[in-house]
Amino acid sequence: MTVQLSRTPVAQPPLASVEAIIAGLAGVGYIASRRIATALFMAQHLSKPVLVEGVAGVGKTELAIATATLLDLPLIRMQCYEGLDESKALYEWKYGKQLLYTQILKDRMGETLEGAHSMEAAMDRLHGMGDMFFSDQFLEPRPLLKALRVEGGCVLLIDEIDKSDEAFEAFLLEILSAFQVSIPEIGTIKAKTPPLVFLTSNNVRDLGDALKRRCLHLHIPLPDAHLEEKIVATRVPGVEAKLTRELVAFVQSLRTIELRKVPSISETVDWARALVLLHAEALSTDVVRETLNVLLKYEQDIVAIEPRLNDLLGRASEASGGE
Amino acid sequence: MEDFIKALRASEVRVSPAEAIDAHRAMMEIGYADRTLVKDALCIALAKTEEEVERFDACFDAYFTRDAFTGAPPSSAPQPGEGRGGDVGDLPLAQMLLSGDQISLAQAMQAAAIRARSTDVRLNTQRNLMSRRILDEMGLRELEELIQRLREMGLPRDAALADRLAERREALFEESTRFVDRQMVLYASETGRRLREGLLAQQKLTSVEPEEMRQMEALVKRMAKRLATRYARKRHRAHKGKLDVRKTIRKSMGYGGVPFDIVWKTETIEKPKIVAICDVSRSVAAAAQFMLLFLFCLNEVIEKLEAFAFSDRLIRVGAILEEEELDAAIASIIKKIGFRPTDYGRALSDFSELHRDSLDRHTTVIVLGDGRSNYANPRLDIMREIAHRSRAVIWLNPEPETYWGQGDSRMDQYKRFCHVATVCNTLNQLERIIENVLRTYMPR
Repeated sequence: MTVQLSRTPVAQPPLASVEAIIAGLAGVGYIASRRIATALFMAQHLSKPVLVEGVAGVGKTELAIATATLLDLPLIRMQCYEGLDESKALYEWKYGKQLLYTQILKDRMGETLEGAHSMEAAMDRLHGMGDMFFSDQFLEPRPLLKALRVEGGCVLLIDEIDKSDEAFEAFLLEILSAFQVSIPEIGTIKAKTPPLVFLTSNNVRDLGDALKRRCLHLHIPLPDAHLEEKIVATRVPGVEAKLTRELVAFVQSLRTIELRKVPSISETVDWARALVLLHAEALSTDVVRETLNVLLKYEQDIVAIEPRLNDLLGRASEASGGE
Repeated sequence: MEDFIKALRASEVRVSPAEAIDAHRAMMEIGYADRTLVKDALCIALAKTEEEVERFDACFDAYFTRDAFTGAPPSSAPQPGEGRGGDVGDLPLAQMLLSGDQISLAQAMQAAAIRARSTDVRLNTQRNLMSRRILDEMGLRELEELIQRLREMGLPRDAALADRLAERREALFEESTRFVDRQMVLYASETGRRLREGLLAQQKLTSVEPEEMRQMEALVKRMAKRLATRYARKRHRAHKGKLDVRKTIRKSMGYGGVPFDIVWKTETIEKPKIVAICDVSRSVAAAAQFMLLFLFCLNEVIEKLEAFAFSDRLIRVGAILEEEELDAAIASIIKKIGFRPTDYGRALSDFSELHRDSLDRHTTVIVLGDGRSNYANPRLDIMREIAHRSRAVIWLNPEPETYWGQGDSRMDQYKRFCHVATVCNTLNQLERIIENVLRTYMPR
């Protein structure tokens, strides 16, 4: 990306208004629709997590990354998968060190208990010693705990929450609503600065109502031609305006066809990059045929589209103004 | 705001009180000035799925356009000289009508609607009553009296005024009907639909009208989805409380024999295997079609679903159902084997040839058919074997139980080999039965 991040010390916080957010995100290379910007605005002002849904490759994860860059905050990312549990997401005890600690304790025990003649006295001494076994030193923070502990806030991205188990989703509820976690041995840890939380979902399974209720919901649809042209222009430097118009019109026409996987924004951007690399100045049937595999990810789709290429290209050049 | 949320709920966007509070907080942050901003913000706070976003957009537009008073009476500018003569008195409705003040009228109607509690309107038959009530609240009775009085005065000027008032009153009638219609769309469409769906779910599968098919299909899909999510949840569940000694000791090796990492026994829950055999002869074809659709929607929970269809011969239909749309699939199945006289004996022997080896103790066999074998050999021996090999045989018969065993029905004989043999004639029954099947596989 050639777009330089303008990290001038901003007088006004970048999330002050919807317009400021759109401009700010554009500054870090993310073209946001009004609805996306509004979601971000509300997430900040209501301090609620945002649940981002949409088909793959539409820019869900990218939104979190762009926001982190915009706000100049660290991004803590947690990828969800089946079987993810709290010891991988929240915290883990450092078993090895705890073990060493007990060894040391054993060695020292003789010294400490010297002179304690009765059992009661020994127990009193034992209670007098600080209990270190379950303490902060032995706590290994995982992404969620890290996010709560970062000074000055951070952007927490919980990626593909729909891939995790039902139980894990329930476990997230406390963090999402109160920005705190309870560790049985230590107590409750509360975030100093509530992080800005993004959850993304591909709708592999339906999320529970409880989770949805705690989140603002943002559905990112596939963009219209105008927005997509802007996105391509920002993400792919060196692509000509005419080519952009043509290729976006072509992709848009592909989306009207029943395909197994319609191309989304990331595919469009990849394709534009490929075309720039090939020094293609306009869409010709040959170029498109050779690069179709960038756009379509399934053999059946490619086979279905190939015979109709000419027809589609004709319509695309018409739609782009036919200049 | 409360009304809008009510309207949202009516158009099937589920809004909890907590979300309503969120919406209020959001509005406090952004104010009411910018319409698109308000729409976006409320959408983000309230609509929680893609479909809900769509419904929200539609509902928002419908709700916030109603303030525009559409059907304006012609040439509303009051003519000089007769404008607001003292004759009209201080009746606000008459003044508004004469001066053609659309905005005040709209506001008055809105206020009257609130007093008349028009958001409670639910049924078509309530519409006239409701529009009448709104007009009454706006002061219709007084207006009528006024017109009457003017007419009685007998002066030409007053008579003309009365005529004009009467004319505008007609316009007002129309306006109020339109208003109530919009309210109906906003608040009541949902209730009516739910009522219809409830009836559909109880309707006999064999007598579904063609125009209801689409709706029925959607209903079947929703039911299947509901079951699928309910049972998908329970699949992985650790049984806390039972220590897995072997694994714990194995893990403790890493910590010098101290069992730090304690492993609990988990129970893997087997997914049910279902074999569905559907009779597609004319009498039960409709029921079979829904049954197949239902099972296919359940694919998520059911690891192995094999579907067969038969009339005189039996074929595997899994592939057809998976590849084609419902209508096309049913059509091609019917074309292949449909509408011939049923022969249960033949079908069963086909089945045992095709699939006997894969029946095991995890398999539940569901048979859907009326058990009418056209006096052919029912092959009870095969039925016995199927029952013996599989976990359960469930026979769903669309005919009422009193017909079983009458005429060419062999149901009374087949019944002996079934773990469950029951009448299944509505979607509700189908759902209940499938749920029972699933439940037997799941832990309590």
